[in-house]
Amino acid sequence: MQTNASRSHHDRIARHIRDIPRSGIRDFFDIVSTMKDVISLGIGEPDFDTPWHVRESTVFSLERGATHYTSNMGLLELRQAIAGYLAKNFHVTYDPATEILITVGVSEALDIALRALLNPGDEVLYHEPCYVSYRADVIFAHGTPIAVETRHEDNFRLTRTLLEKKVTPKTKLLLLNFPNNPTGAVLPRKDVEDIAAFAVEHDLLVITDEIYAELTYDGQHVSIASLPGMKERTIFLHGFSKGWAMTGFRLGYACAPAELTEAMMKVHQYTMLCAPTMSQKGAIEALTRPEIDVTEMVAEYRKRRNYLAQSFEGMGLSCSKPAGAFYAFPYIKPLGLSSKEFAIRLLEEEKVAAVPGSAFGECGEGFLRCAYATSLDNIKEAMVRLERFVGRLKR
Amino acid sequence: MDELLKILKQNALETPENIAKMLNLKPEQVRAKIQEYEQQGIIRGYQAILNEEKLDLDRVTAVIEVKVTPEREGGFNRIASRISKFKEVQSVFLMSGTYDLLLFVAGHDLRQVAMFVSEKLATIEGVLSTSTHFMLKTYKHHGVLMESEHADERLSVSP
Repeated sequence: MQTNASRSHHDRIARHIRDIPRSGIRDFFDIVSTMKDVISLGIGEPDFDTPWHVRESTVFSLERGATHYTSNMGLLELRQAIAGYLAKNFHVTYDPATEILITVGVSEALDIALRALLNPGDEVLYHEPCYVSYRADVIFAHGTPIAVETRHEDNFRLTRTLLEKKVTPKTKLLLLNFPNNPTGAVLPRKDVEDIAAFAVEHDLLVITDEIYAELTYDGQHVSIASLPGMKERTIFLHGFSKGWAMTGFRLGYACAPAELTEAMMKVHQYTMLCAPTMSQKGAIEALTRPEIDVTEMVAEYRKRRNYLAQSFEGMGLSCSKPAGAFYAFPYIKPLGLSSKEFAIRLLEEEKVAAVPGSAFGECGEGFLRCAYATSLDNIKEAMVRLERFVGRLKR
Repeated sequence: MDELLKILKQNALETPENIAKMLNLKPEQVRAKIQEYEQQGIIRGYQAILNEEKLDLDRVTAVIEVKVTPEREGGFNRIASRISKFKEVQSVFLMSGTYDLLLFVAGHDLRQVAMFVSEKLATIEGVLSTSTHFMLKTYKHHGVLMESEHADERLSVSP
C-alpha cells in the first residue's frame, strides 16, 4: 500500500518541479561526505573568516536590540551605502529610495527578478557552463531556459556571435554571470559593449549576477549596467557572500529601474518580508570600511590562482587562464575519463574533491572545477596528489 | 610591500619553487631577489614563532618603560644602542608619549630581571627612571594567534 501512496505523491508534485534533476553537486557532496581526510577543492565559498569588524558590529547590533523587521526594501542606511559603493566602484548610480532592494542573498534576488519578469514561455538566454541554479530558477518562474555554450578555446567568453545563434522573437531576458562560476572567466570591456549592443538591438532585459565582481586578478571588472543606455534595461544583482566572506549572512541586493524594482518588491514582500536585520547591520559595517578586507583577500587569491595555473601547466593540463572568482576549470578530457569518473577516481584514489564540470551544464563535460578558496597548504598538497593521479592516467 | 616579502613574512620556509609559482616568476629569479634583500639588509634574519608557554621554559619577559635624557648630539640613539647590546634585551623601541624607550627583557625569573634593571639598566648614565611590567600570557605574537581557532566548518562541497 505504501508503494501506491508514494507513487501518488510522485504524481502530486508539480510537473515543472518534478522534472528538474537534482543538482550534480549534491550527488557529489553525498559521496564526499562519507569520506575522511579529504582535501576539498570543491567548496564554492571563501575560506577567509568574515572580517572581524563586521562580525563584531553584527554582535553589537544584537546587543542594541536590532532584532525586528526592517522595511521591505531593507534599511535605508544600507541602501544608501550600497548606492555610494556602486557609484564609486561600478560607475552606475541608483536611487536608494526606489531602485535598490535588499534580498536574502543573490539567490533570492535572482528568483524574484525572474518571477517578476517572466510570462510562461518567455525565453531566457543564459551561458553555460554556469552556476547550477540558473536553469532551474528560470523553470520555477515558468520561463524557457536557452543555454548558450561558451568554449574553452575562447577562454569561456560570451560573444555576440554565440548569442545571435540562440536569440528568437520569444527571447525576453539575457542572464549574465561574470566573473564566472565555474570557469573563472571575465569579460573584457569590448565584449561587454558587444553584448550590450546585442541586448539593445533585440530589446532584451539583462539580469547580471556580479557576485564575484570584487575578485578579479588581471584587470578591473566592467559592469554591463554602467554602459550608456544599459541601466534602464538591466537588473543588477550583487551581495556580500564572496567579496566579504559573508555567505552565512545570506545578504544580497537587486538594483533596477524603479518600476522593475517595485515589481520585484511585490514578490519579496509577500514571500520573504525582509532580509535578516542583523545581516543588514553587518553589511553596513562591511561597506563603510571595505577596501582593506577585500584587497587583502584578492592578493591572497591571486597567489593561489597563479600557483594552480602553473601547476596545471606543469602536469600538462590545459586550462584557460582563470581571471576572476576563485575557480579554475582545467580540461581533463584528453586523459580519457568522463568528468564524473575523473572526479570520483580522484576522490577515491587520492582523496582530493573537485566538482565534475558536467554539474554546470552539458558543455562542462570534460572539465573539472577546482575552487581555490582553500589554504595554500591545501592547494599545494592537492596539486601533488593530482599530478600523481594524472601521471597514472597517462601511463 | 613587495609580494615576495609578504609571502616570506607569512612563512619564511616557503621554497623558491613555490613562491615562483605564486608570483609567476622563475625560481632563479626568486632566489636572486631574496639574496638581494639579504644583501641590502632588508631581510635581517629568519626565526620561528614559538608558543613558549607550551615549552615549559624557565623564562619570564618584562616590558620596561624607560625615561632618558637625550644628548645634545645624537639624541636617543647612543643610549638606545648601548641598551640594545645587553643580551637580556630582546627588543628596543623609541616611543612618543610619557616615556622614551620601550624594552622587552627576558630572564629566567623575576629576580634575574630585577637584577638587570637595578644593576645594569638604571645605572646607565642618562637613564632617569624605569617602570617594569611582567608579561603574564601571550595571546598573539607577530600577527600569529597562539591558540588555533575552530576548524573549517564549511560544507566539503558547495555550488
